[in-house]
Amino acid sequence: MSEISNQLESLSYKAQQIANEASHLASSVAETSGGHGDFIIFGITVLVLACFVGYYVVWSVTPALHSPLMGVTNAISSVIIVGALLAAGPVDSNISKYFGLVAVTLAAVNIFGGFVVTNRMLSMFKKKQ
Amino acid sequence: MSTLTTAAYLVSSVLFILSLRGLSHPSTARRGNFLGILGMTIAIVTTLSNPGVLSYKEIGIAFLIGGLIGTSIAVKIQMTALPQLVAAFHSLVGLAAVFVAASAYYNPSAFNIGTVGSIPMGSLIEMSIGTAIGAVTFTGSIIAFGKLQGFVSGNPLVFKGQHFINLLLGLGIIALIVKFCIDQNQELFWLIVFASFVIGVLLIVPIGGADMPVIVSMLNSYSGWAAAGIGFTLSNNLLIITGALVGSSGAILSYIMCKGMNRSFLNVLLGGFGGEQAASAGGVKDDRQAKQGNAADAAFMMKNSKTIIIVPGYGMAVAQAQHALREMGDLLKAAGAEVRYAIHPVAGRMPGHMNVLLAEANVPYDEVLELDEINRDFSETDVAFVIGANDVTNPAAKTDKTSAIYGMPILDVENAGQVFFVKRGMASGYAGVQNELFFRDNTLMLFGDAKKVCEDIIKGLEN
Repeated sequence: MSEISNQLESLSYKAQQIANEASHLASSVAETSGGHGDFIIFGITVLVLACFVGYYVVWSVTPALHSPLMGVTNAISSVIIVGALLAAGPVDSNISKYFGLVAVTLAAVNIFGGFVVTNRMLSMFKKKQ
Repeated sequence: MSTLTTAAYLVSSVLFILSLRGLSHPSTARRGNFLGILGMTIAIVTTLSNPGVLSYKEIGIAFLIGGLIGTSIAVKIQMTALPQLVAAFHSLVGLAAVFVAASAYYNPSAFNIGTVGSIPMGSLIEMSIGTAIGAVTFTGSIIAFGKLQGFVSGNPLVFKGQHFINLLLGLGIIALIVKFCIDQNQELFWLIVFASFVIGVLLIVPIGGADMPVIVSMLNSYSGWAAAGIGFTLSNNLLIITGALVGSSGAILSYIMCKGMNRSFLNVLLGGFGGEQAASAGGVKDDRQAKQGNAADAAFMMKNSKTIIIVPGYGMAVAQAQHALREMGDLLKAAGAEVRYAIHPVAGRMPGHMNVLLAEANVPYDEVLELDEINRDFSETDVAFVIGANDVTNPAAKTDKTSAIYGMPILDVENAGQVFFVKRGMASGYAGVQNELFFRDNTLMLFGDAKKVCEDIIKGLEN
């Protein structure tokens, strides 16, 4: 009896050790990837699915409106301003912030220019009276 | 990123998708544009509420300056200059991507991607790819803008070993990216930017003016991929989704344009089409005489016809003839004719260019039809009025296997009872191919500036 209980004890000790090692390994993996490794796969998933959405949505655009389509896509590609705002956000001034501010200006030209010119184009399309 | 922020970004992604969806019909298109504006507003406000974003004053000033410039350009621009405007705007997206990536490189903590000198490998790869695409988009779009605006010659610039140099540069950029991801060296970062600037120029210079619809669409696509690349650096799904939408939109438009010319995308990219090459194609001197008519003849004949199809091309845009053309159409309609417009997919210098110009001149969109919709009707049409178009009507595309445009879908104007060609002279079109329609019995050439000819016909109709 006592033999078996001894064996059990050593077994449970070993199991404990393995569990410890495993958790160490897991945490070191998490450290090296910084949680970012997960995002790449996740991001690629989103990218591929969005390409499919884009494919079907764009094919349904009538050829007559291909110019406005370029206007809108041009404006929304300036969503890059999200990155520019984060770059320009910090209080202390450094080169990084100035780059961000330049990017904010460039993206703003595009956002306003793109949406305004598209609106101008679209307001001209009229039905037969 | 907090749950609320993520949710707000999701909302604006969905709004962007709906905004493109709205363009499926002219009646819903304006609402689509509004949804796009709404999506962008949500994205910006959400980002501004990020705890890391504090310098509201500077951002406000930058945003205001950009907004004012963008709005004033967009309000003033002439509709005939749309292609170069779009090219110019694409270049800004590319440059903005480069600046955002540079900013992330110098201050990675603002983006939660480590600290200077110890940015994780994944972020470096994404950052450098985003930078390279952005830089190519920037200079490529500038050259496209220059060609469309006339600052740079529209003729293809071809030199020996061009493609080899491009290949070397491309491989060089890949090598630089690999080295940069290992060393994180700042010189390498700027070398990537510089090499991409150069390849952007080299890629576009060999491409001729009339291939610009493909190139403008392609650069549209690139600007999307650049945004998606930055989206990976920021771990931001909104940028990835939007980038993918824009990227696939541009790619599909390029595909449609290539199909409209029956040329492969690679063939367009390799360039050298039209221009110099064209001269040799016209080696055989044509001594046939084309019948020449005047505006009064045309006015008389059109007044007495029941059905008229107008085929506009880039020449109409150059001459700003769309308003005079519409006035002519109105008079003919008043005289009892049915007037419609036929648009070839590659007419003009950007996808849908002709539709916008006709809409500007108040032509109702239901009178403007695409190639597939109207091509069968030419055989039952009294008059085809071709104004500023040439290659897209050339029957050689169907019959002459040796022709540069063989296989290109064309508008069958030859089947109409009478064909009028409004042209400045007998010069061949962009593809450098002679159009044998000019010598047919049922063709009458109306030489002169497109706008002037239309005005003369209007006078003839009024008498």
